[in-house]
Amino acid sequence: MTNEEKKCVAQFEIHYTQLLNQQGELVGPLPEFAASAEALIALYRTMVQTRTFDTKAIALQRTGKMGTYSSSLGQEAVSVGIGSAMRFEDVLLPTYREYGAQFQRGVAMSEILRYWGGDERGMAYQHQPHDMPITVPIATHVPQCAGIAYAMKLRNEPRVAVSVLGDGATSKGDFYEGINVAGAWQLPMVVVVTNNQWAISVPRDVQTHAQTLAQKAIAAGIPGEQVDGNDVIAMRHVMLNALERARSGAGPTLIEAITYRMHDHTTADDASRYREQTVVDEHKLLDPIERLKKYITAHHNWDETQENELHETCAAEVEAAVSSYLETPPAPPETMFDHLYETLPDALQSQRDEVERLGKQKQGGDDNG
Amino acid sequence: MAEITIIEAVNLAMARALENSPDVIIFGEDVGLNGGVFRATDGLQQRYGTDRVLDTPLAETLIAGMAIGMASQGLRPVAEIQFMGFIYPTIEQMICHATRLRNRSRGRITCPMVLRAPYGGGIHAPEHHSESTEAIFAHMPGLRVVIPSSPLRAYGLLLAAIQDPDPVVFLEPKRIYRMMKQEVADDGEALPLDVCFQLRDGTDVTLVTWGAMTHETLQAADQLEAEGVSCDVIDVATIKPLDMETILNSVARTGRCVIVHEAARTCGVGAEIAAQLAEHGLLSLFAPVQRVTGYDTIMPMFKLENDYMPSTDRIIAAVKKTLEEA
Ligand SMILES: Cc1ncc(C[n+]2csc(CCOP(=O)(O)OP(=O)(O)O)c2C)c(N)n1
Ligand SMILES: [Mg+2]
Repeated sequence: MTNEEKKCVAQFEIHYTQLLNQQGELVGPLPEFAASAEALIALYRTMVQTRTFDTKAIALQRTGKMGTYSSSLGQEAVSVGIGSAMRFEDVLLPTYREYGAQFQRGVAMSEILRYWGGDERGMAYQHQPHDMPITVPIATHVPQCAGIAYAMKLRNEPRVAVSVLGDGATSKGDFYEGINVAGAWQLPMVVVVTNNQWAISVPRDVQTHAQTLAQKAIAAGIPGEQVDGNDVIAMRHVMLNALERARSGAGPTLIEAITYRMHDHTTADDASRYREQTVVDEHKLLDPIERLKKYITAHHNWDETQENELHETCAAEVEAAVSSYLETPPAPPETMFDHLYETLPDALQSQRDEVERLGKQKQGGDDNG
Repeated sequence: MAEITIIEAVNLAMARALENSPDVIIFGEDVGLNGGVFRATDGLQQRYGTDRVLDTPLAETLIAGMAIGMASQGLRPVAEIQFMGFIYPTIEQMICHATRLRNRSRGRITCPMVLRAPYGGGIHAPEHHSESTEAIFAHMPGLRVVIPSSPLRAYGLLLAAIQDPDPVVFLEPKRIYRMMKQEVADDGEALPLDVCFQLRDGTDVTLVTWGAMTHETLQAADQLEAEGVSCDVIDVATIKPLDMETILNSVARTGRCVIVHEAARTCGVGAEIAAQLAEHGLLSLFAPVQRVTGYDTIMPMFKLENDYMPSTDRIIAAVKKTLEEA
């Protein structure tokens, strides 16, 4: 039997949204929020802030002042779009390139530096009570996102849980388990796949033969769509719609944001081993910050004075965070037992005592020396 | 007061928890209308509704991950893994997240979840349905691993696990799910975690065990009593964190110790107990510590399972060996 002779029982389409093209020209209907200069400049500012932070963080690592760092260079629009669309009381489950969203949600730059500087206090998020810390084990946060969304649904709260992950992460089973239950239980949840074309050295096409990553949503019975992840207006727009659907009880969405990882995977990686610089250079033309800058310059009188002021403000903000990070002494060693359980079990007391004693000895030794 | 079995006590504890707090949510595979394959959740969905007692898709990583997500929001999820043989996909969630969410977030986000699973051999189950791999979880910092061995302890310890502010893996010895009955008052009283239970007082040798092996161990103690050997029998109950004080105090009195567990020997929880006896109790020992355990083989299919699991005879032989020394 040929396919023509078989009955078609289901058909699917994947849609793609781009509103600003590479030249910063409007190619789609302007969403309501994007009519306001203020709103666009706020997005621009956060992208510049994120990139300023990123550049400095890499420098800190290179000069031995911080540990391994994962850069979000070139992906700022994805993260900033997500963060700008969420409400404070929503829950973000980030991976390690979501600084642009995290800053908007109250996570301090100094906390992110502390985290990559090897200090748990960088996950305390003193001004963001809801969000999960950065997830390192790939895709493990998607099932958790579903659990959080279930709690919100059970309590009839108009809140949404948002998890962000990479293209590589969509190959993992827990990603699918999470989006599948989100569909089955119609959870208030948005899953954003930041398709930056690389999972360390493994390119997107080696990851899966699927034509798009968004179509993975179809198997889970949820809407899936693509967006130009270097177009912050489109990113925020698509995200706002998905959040609104989830918040109003209309269920989850999977968003595949198409972008490009401009830096090495992390500062411990050397991408020249597996990709040509010429290809990376071609992607510079797609830069999300340049693109919005062109648009606001043309339509909202953004000028070089404002641009310079913005860069100065961002640099000062980052410098303040760096000072705070560098000035924070390490926590006393016995704090490794803090928050292990609500109350430290008796069985662990002697281990804690030992660490405390050795720590004090070391301290005394350091002082004397 | 009704006499009930362990499985009924597990059910009663969950019903009590559901009754007492709207935050308690029960979920897993087939736990709804079907009441769980062992009937642990029998009738709970009918009484507490499909929002609070729910069937999940067949996905163990998901079950553990969702429990973590719910717990992070202040719910008290009690998730069932149908058999311990299928618990392994949860390990990443447990070790990378459940056990360290409080620690990572510096106390900002906590994880008061319970992961329940029936475990152990002896019910002539198919392949992969008879495992005792509690040591895998006992190795995880930040976790509690609790194993009841009687209806009273099943009720009191499960309530304690649900009330506990940190994650608990609650392993139910399925061979003895219906072996004995006890009067259990449905009073909502939790038993203490992190402490051993003294099942029998004796003077000659300390027998340390948990789970279904309490049955064989108590039988051995009975038979030895008839031969004039008096056994102190300890049910460890919370195998992580370990209440060594009770064990050390007993060994200080008896000078001899036999550890009995169903799990494979190497790196079993018995190894930790023996090591701590060597560190802190060596001078009270008259004889080397003995372990009576499953072998370091794959848990055999059921034709041979009784040859694998410690028997009363093997326990008695080990006790006699400790008595042969001065
Ligand atoms: C479960 C798991 N396996 C492997 C790793 C090591 N690792 C860290 S990042 C990464 C690639 C992830 O790629 P992708 O999901 O595309 O995210 P990206 O880094 O591109 O943002 C790998 C393999 C990990 N952190 N977790
Ligand atoms: Mg990637």
